[in-house]
Amino acid sequence: MNKRLLILWVPLIAYLIFLVVASLGLNRDQQQVVQSRMIGKPVPGIDLPAASSMKPALSTKQMADGKPRLLNVFASWCVPCAAEAPQLAQLAQRGVRIDAVAIRDARPDVDAFLKRHGDPFQRIGLDARSTLQFYLGSSGVPETFVVDGKGIIRYQHIGYIGPQDVEMLMQKLREAET
Amino acid sequence: MSRLLLFFALFLAFPAFAQTALPPAPYADRQLDDPAMEAKATALMHTIRCLTCQSQSIADSNASMASDMRSEIRERIARGEEPEHIRAWLIERYGDWISYQPTVEPILWPLWAAPLLLLGAGGALAYGRIRRRRNAKS
Repeated sequence: MNKRLLILWVPLIAYLIFLVVASLGLNRDQQQVVQSRMIGKPVPGIDLPAASSMKPALSTKQMADGKPRLLNVFASWCVPCAAEAPQLAQLAQRGVRIDAVAIRDARPDVDAFLKRHGDPFQRIGLDARSTLQFYLGSSGVPETFVVDGKGIIRYQHIGYIGPQDVEMLMQKLREAET
Repeated sequence: MSRLLLFFALFLAFPAFAQTALPPAPYADRQLDDPAMEAKATALMHTIRCLTCQSQSIADSNASMASDMRSEIRERIARGEEPEHIRAWLIERYGDWISYQPTVEPILWPLWAAPLLLLGAGGALAYGRIRRRRNAKS
């Protein structure tokens, strides 16, 4: 009989465990950084039209040219993208080749953005419908991919490039040379 | 009067997710002409997680990335691609995270086993009761 009574408590205990797990789960921050699964894989080859009247278009099919580069995913309407412009300029000054893709953008807006925040880019593709972004497994702007000389994605930096990230990216580019 | 002004001010406010000036992609908010294809696309969209408004499906989200993804999915379905193929394509890029549909990964085995276990426990309980009642009768 005693054993029987004990069994009667099992559902209640199971329910309490469920309650604790569920309430802890509710309070957890659900927003998380989604890392691309494309790291270690080749950049998907896509031809994009020019995003700016001052810059050549971008085809990601020509990324295997022997030298690493950055592929910056940005947009003229994105505030952190403006904030990372000085860091990109610094990287470009140090000889880093930066290609970019402008997400859901319009040419006059990109032109204005470059005039206002500087232009460290070699080529800028216009990704009007986030197509390349989906192919890259990128989940927002800004993001920056390190692409090696064989056109393989080696690293993904999610979010704004701060002054503290410049050396880190230089290091990733050096690693991508090997 | 001020209430009325306030009411009209609502129309001036920018929606929170109006991130871009660009119009939405062609099939972001437009259904496919073929109802069967549209049904397939909608079913898939309800199980794909939005990258911007996480915890929402792309079918429910107003984020521009979600609307681009809806259009991408509808266009692929219209071209004859299978929904599970599109899901696999997305998982290849974003991981299991992007899909709300549970997979058969070992970490989810308890999830699949739970209904069977509960059904078994219920069955055993019912069986015990019935047998006891029968015994009491006879």
